Amino acid sequence: MGQVIAFWIFAVAIVGAALGVVLLENVFRAAILLITCFLGVAGIFILLSADFLAAMQILIYVGAIAILVILAIMLTRELSIGSPSNKFKIPALIIAGLFGLGIILTVINTKWLINTTTPAPTTTSGLAVKLFSKDGFILPVEIIPTVLLATILGAIVLIKDKKK
Amino acid sequence: MTIGLNNYLILSAILFSIGLYGALAKHNAIVILMSIEIMLSATNIAFVAFSRFITPTDLTGQVFALFAMAIAAAETAVGLAIIIAIYRNKETIDANKIDLMKW
Amino acid sequence: MNNYIWLIFLVPFLSFLIVSLILRPMFRKQPKIAGYVTIAAVGTSFILSIITLCKLIAAPDHILKVSEINWMFIQNGINIHFGLMVNALTGIMLMVVTTVSLMVQIYSQGYMKDDAGYHRYYAWMSLFTTAMLGLVMANNLLLAFMFWEMVGLCSYLLIGFWFHKPSAANAAKKAFIVTRIGDFGFLAAIILLYTHTGTFDIATLQNMAISGALAGSVLTWAAIGIFAGAVGKSAQFPLHVWLPDAMEGPTPVSALIHAATMAAAGVFLVARTYPLFENSATALTTVGIVGGFTAIFAASIALVQNDIKRVLAYSTISQLGYMMLGLATGGVAVGIFHLLNHAFFKALLFLGAGSINHATGTFDMREMGGLRKAMPKTFATFLIGAASLAGLWPLSGFWSKDAILSNALDKQPILFVLVIITVFMTAFYMFRVIFLTFGGEYRGKEHHLHESSSVMTIPLFILAALAIGSGWVNLNGGFSVFFGAGTTHSVIEGLFGIFKEPLPWISLILACAGIFLAYAIYSKKWISATALGKTFAFPYKVLYNKYFVDELYEGIIVKKLLMGGLFAAARWFDTKVIDGGVNTFIIQKVIVKNFFAGLFAFDRKGVDGAVNGVAGTTLAAGKTVRKAQTGQLQFYGLVIGLGLITLIAGVFIFSKV
Repeated sequence: MGQVIAFWIFAVAIVGAALGVVLLENVFRAAILLITCFLGVAGIFILLSADFLAAMQILIYVGAIAILVILAIMLTRELSIGSPSNKFKIPALIIAGLFGLGIILTVINTKWLINTTTPAPTTTSGLAVKLFSKDGFILPVEIIPTVLLATILGAIVLIKDKKK
Repeated sequence: MTIGLNNYLILSAILFSIGLYGALAKHNAIVILMSIEIMLSATNIAFVAFSRFITPTDLTGQVFALFAMAIAAAETAVGLAIIIAIYRNKETIDANKIDLMKW
Repeated sequence: MNNYIWLIFLVPFLSFLIVSLILRPMFRKQPKIAGYVTIAAVGTSFILSIITLCKLIAAPDHILKVSEINWMFIQNGINIHFGLMVNALTGIMLMVVTTVSLMVQIYSQGYMKDDAGYHRYYAWMSLFTTAMLGLVMANNLLLAFMFWEMVGLCSYLLIGFWFHKPSAANAAKKAFIVTRIGDFGFLAAIILLYTHTGTFDIATLQNMAISGALAGSVLTWAAIGIFAGAVGKSAQFPLHVWLPDAMEGPTPVSALIHAATMAAAGVFLVARTYPLFENSATALTTVGIVGGFTAIFAASIALVQNDIKRVLAYSTISQLGYMMLGLATGGVAVGIFHLLNHAFFKALLFLGAGSINHATGTFDMREMGGLRKAMPKTFATFLIGAASLAGLWPLSGFWSKDAILSNALDKQPILFVLVIITVFMTAFYMFRVIFLTFGGEYRGKEHHLHESSSVMTIPLFILAALAIGSGWVNLNGGFSVFFGAGTTHSVIEGLFGIFKEPLPWISLILACAGIFLAYAIYSKKWISATALGKTFAFPYKVLYNKYFVDELYEGIIVKKLLMGGLFAAARWFDTKVIDGGVNTFIIQKVIVKNFFAGLFAFDRKGVDGAVNGVAGTTLAAGKTVRKAQTGQLQFYGLVIGLGLITLIAGVFIFSKV
């Protein structure tokens, strides 16, 4: 029962915040609502027994990405035009709507093979096993830091002041 | 009612659609980036939901979500760097005004 | 086998190829090498000719066998073998050609020393030697005709050697065209003989004529055709007009070609096919009449010419007439004997004239005189040549001329009268030249007269020795025996016994009379030349203008009859009738108007329209489609989304979910 209430609270929060992000004219408020959205998603993760992931969500998304977005907003704020909608409003609405509808229909009409075993109470050790053990995802684990390195270098190069 | 897989998946679909709308219909490049973040979050929810309901003992879905998060972070960093670089050159971050590839 | 004989004319051909293809492009700056190569080649031919002659003398019947080449063979049709016919006639001709050619090549090194066309000269000299040697050795008429034409070509090239002079170019043209008229007769005769006998081979034809298989009017016409070719090449009347003009070429060319060899080719041809003439009395008489008439005709013109080379040219024509007469009355040995002697002393005279030209810069005798002091070697050799030509005993000319005269007296008395007068004229005009050129005092404008270099005088000496001695081969009658007739007697008998007959005395007296008259007029001036000219003004004018034969040919025949008449009529017919009809009616009215106009419109509208249309369509399509490239990111995203929706819809519709 608690789960149901928690789910609906989180679901509404998430959808509302997302709507706010895409519909609000004020960019800064949109950024704050983005944070709210991320927090809601973290809550959903906890509901789904992904405790480690929820912690990561908050750490990474809220702690890093949202801050970065706010930083960027502040850096480009002088001539900010706010965040109006452009001329593709209606077509985008149609396409997004159709897409969403299509997915929902697919989901409803699929017979999922649901397994009802109880998941582990904490997932950390299971994730660790999954990531770092012999048959695990060790390769992506090694590659992702490389990607991050490339990203950092790329970002530095892009940001660097060329007038030097 | 119980919260089943369908609930989470529908939530994910709605969230994704909202993000899609935002990515296609907003002027401000940063808002487009935020919408992309929303889309990525939606897929994360879907991954974890599948992992929880279809293979509860096998945490592959969560591993995937973890990777997706990492990549999203990287992508946001680069994207914002690009936006700032464009802002320095063009004095605007209006996605419609940046049309150098126009015919 | 005696296959080395092929080399006799192949080696000069090789030297022609070397000079023209290797030396001229690659050794431009060292022209002398061309001279050395040619002299080496002709020298080789000379040595081989001596060997051949020695072998011929030793061989039975004086015939050598040489292997043949099968040139064209069609089953049941033409069967032509190319080979060499080496008999007594060939042997003597080889000696004549190679000796004179060798002397001329050596002499040319000095005469043509700084000429820009040195390579060209020696290349064509080599080619000419090849052609002449091939002609004298050919064993069938077709091969002979090929070399005949090649000889004519080289003559054309060498007469027009200084082609930038219009007079030289015209002279070359004239030579070629006039001899062509004769060659037409020759070719007609060859074809006539082939259709009647089926062979070109000379030996076979000779046997047929002797045995009587070939007789009657066919034989006569064939012989006259062959003689027509000889008339052209040997400059007999009426085709003599090219030879004096051919003096425009370099003097060594005149010496080699127009005195000693090519001009003698006609005589050689008649000698080669002599059995055909022997068995046709008409043809033989024609030969004799033409020869005898030409002899006196040309000698009369030579009396009054002022250009040394022109005198020598007319003298050559006259002597060739002698040779023809000798062939007609005495046979091959008599005519060829005179050819042998004439080749040497006429070449000597021409080379001497070239030496004089080198010193004085002119050929006009009115500007010469007193050269015996400045050019003793040239004077001595020239005098020997002139005396031999005049027929003074015991020089070579005496022996052959005497043979011709005695035979003419026997067979053709009327012609004998003509030639005996010619003896007087010959002596007169030759010594006129001597007295005007070498006697008296120098009348010209040159400041420094000098003798020519030894490279030019050594050939003069060699030829002078030959001019003295070449007649002595028949002192014991050996020459006639070599040709298959006559008997031998002792040398002393030949040398002095000749005076037992009255005829040699008469010819000697006439010759001395001619010399004395020339002496009287031109040296001692007892009789004034100009006074003589005024007294005999009309004959003088006629002789000086060469009996107006050239004017007749060019003015009346060419200009009026041919150009004005026949050719003009043909041209009128072609332009007015044929071209007019075709042009105006068919082309303009019918074809151009309808057919071509239609094609033109089709091309403009249809083809151009199609091509332009394709281009235009592409452009318009491009203009429209490019609007899709807005450059806006979100537009692209929308389109992607649209595609995605379509795919999902497709999955929904076309599969059972």
